[in-house]
Amino acid sequence: MSKDAILSAIRRGLKRGPLPEDQQAMLRARMAAHPRHLIPARSRVARPAQVALFVGNVEKEFGTVERVADAAEIPAAIAQYLAGQNLPPRFVMAPHPELQALPWGRAPMLAHEARRAQASDLVSVQHGFAGVAETGTLMLPSDPARPTTLNILADTEIVVLRSSAIVGAYEEAWDRLRTAGKLGDPHASGVMPRNVMFVTGPSRSADIEQTLELGAHGPRRLHIVLLDDDPEAR
Amino acid sequence: MVHLTSPAFKTNAARAMRDPGLQKALGTAKGAFLQRRAAAVAALPEFEALRDIGREIKNHTLAHLDFYLETFAANVERVGGKVHWCSTAEEARATVLKICQDEGAKTVTKGKSMISEELGINDHLEAHGIQPVETDLGEYILQLRREHPSHIIAPAFHLNREDWEADFRRMHTDLPPDRVFAERRDILAEARTRLREKFLAADVGITGANFLIAETGSSVIVTNEGNGDLTQTLPRVHIALASIEKVVPTLEDCCSLLRLLARSATGQDFSVYTTFSTGPKRAPDLDGPEAYHVVLLDNGRSNMMGTEFQEMLRCIRCAACMNHCPVYGAVGGHAYGWVYPGPMGSVLTPSLVGVEKTGHLPNASTFCGKCESVCPVKIPLPKMMRHWREREFERHLTPASMRRGLGLWAWFAQRPALYRAVTRFGIGAVALLGRGRGSFRSLPLAGGWTEGRDLPVPEGGTFMARYKAQQRKAAR
Repeated sequence: MSKDAILSAIRRGLKRGPLPEDQQAMLRARMAAHPRHLIPARSRVARPAQVALFVGNVEKEFGTVERVADAAEIPAAIAQYLAGQNLPPRFVMAPHPELQALPWGRAPMLAHEARRAQASDLVSVQHGFAGVAETGTLMLPSDPARPTTLNILADTEIVVLRSSAIVGAYEEAWDRLRTAGKLGDPHASGVMPRNVMFVTGPSRSADIEQTLELGAHGPRRLHIVLLDDDPEAR
Repeated sequence: MVHLTSPAFKTNAARAMRDPGLQKALGTAKGAFLQRRAAAVAALPEFEALRDIGREIKNHTLAHLDFYLETFAANVERVGGKVHWCSTAEEARATVLKICQDEGAKTVTKGKSMISEELGINDHLEAHGIQPVETDLGEYILQLRREHPSHIIAPAFHLNREDWEADFRRMHTDLPPDRVFAERRDILAEARTRLREKFLAADVGITGANFLIAETGSSVIVTNEGNGDLTQTLPRVHIALASIEKVVPTLEDCCSLLRLLARSATGQDFSVYTTFSTGPKRAPDLDGPEAYHVVLLDNGRSNMMGTEFQEMLRCIRCAACMNHCPVYGAVGGHAYGWVYPGPMGSVLTPSLVGVEKTGHLPNASTFCGKCESVCPVKIPLPKMMRHWREREFERHLTPASMRRGLGLWAWFAQRPALYRAVTRFGIGAVALLGRGRGSFRSLPLAGGWTEGRDLPVPEGGTFMARYKAQQRKAAR
């Protein structure tokens, strides 16, 4: 058995046998506590500055952000964005209750289907689970209401994110996800969803002469519609 | 497995230095990574403190590697994935092939993975009638050229834009031959279109793993292009290839290392896509693979545990060491003759392949120490290269002339009075010979050394003489 061979070779190198139970218990306790290490100071700021840091970092990484004050404005904001980019008013949307509850009737020209993405979809609208201010990063965990293909197949990805879901550091985004799991979110299976994507800007490559160029295999555009639902963050 | 040409390092290096295309590419690329890394590091005041944390996380994990690997494997299986422990490259190749054959796979898409280079998985699949398709842009062109990566994060480091255009015209024959590539972006767009159909058709997707998380049983990939995510999401089966030292205990441990990785590698604050995969598609999910496999490869690493090379297993494959290495910058990655080039390769390759065949690599260093000073997990690379040199000497692998020279030097060095007298005489003689000129263009017995540079004529006495004079002056 290669498993035994590998483990014995490791233990031989460490000059010990299998870890005694008390030491294993200590390591299990460390994992259960999952302690944080140093969190950079840049995101340890008041809520409005944290949201501003998030927006600034998304833009630095070639994403775009539009802030709206009311959820009812989102359909029109999306319609305008698509028109501004000369894109057809059609998209595939995450079958997420928050997105489905939006007043789509207010933008009658817009057509959408709530499903996973297909190769022919030009635009996707995804539900943002969290935003991480320190690098302008979106956390997009998979679940039936948030299919992974929406993040990778379409040419343009639009993410609807609440400002109350913006946190400072990656660790805080994980905490949100851990809490969602523990609260028995019907969409979460255990702590870890099958797939958790951290997305920072649109896709790019530096493989040609080490020069970053936008528009590799993932979305060429990443647009965030930020709903200012957090009074503390305004 | 990748054909090993490390024994011919000297010839490889000489050829590389005469290759105008390669020298042009190295010249173009060199500055870009250095400046971007410096800027990213300067923008994060905590970077130095994070390096110590990164080192500690990895040291803690290695000290309990058996425990964390077993925990990782148990957690993968808990969510319905499968872990395959493989001691050797042969075993891992056979495992991957069997998964693909059981699936009746015709095509396999691949994300970037240096482990897959260690395995030589592409040739193995092709030999069994399965078509592998590299989807990372750099890896894609190398597959067209039937070459291996020359850099661990920028596989096509050795190519110029002209090479890309020529190869795309040569290989994409269904497109108009007179099409214009006005910008790099046009090359990228053509590859995107070409690979889109491959992503959709593939039966199995193979990725590497930057990290494995013991706590959750997740494999983590870090990419900018999004090819890794298309590779692991669309096909029915996802295989993650990972070596045993990739495991870390928790998501929080991983976050600290991620803060170091992109900054050290491309100089980005964070890569575009950092993705955690945990098991196959859950019943109500609308997408994702039906099956999730992790191939856990040892291939010589467990033998590094407990040796002076254990610290090498902290490596997170950022490539900062090679980006800053004057030797890599002069000869490129292919000269090193195996999967991993640059300083990290000069330590790792002898560990995995054997120092008998790869002894030139730890000697191909100026010991300037830049690699250690930029390493995000503070691996003492020069010290380890010195350990390899010592082992070579102990095992009589160094050439006889060099052994005799070292023996002679050691004999003198152990007799300080004699050593000083001889060096004083030698310096005086060389200074006399070179009187009236600033430097020697050539020297008898040192023709190899003076071939590429001049030796300055010594001025004044030996170091010890000057040092004593200084001390006397200070005492007065």
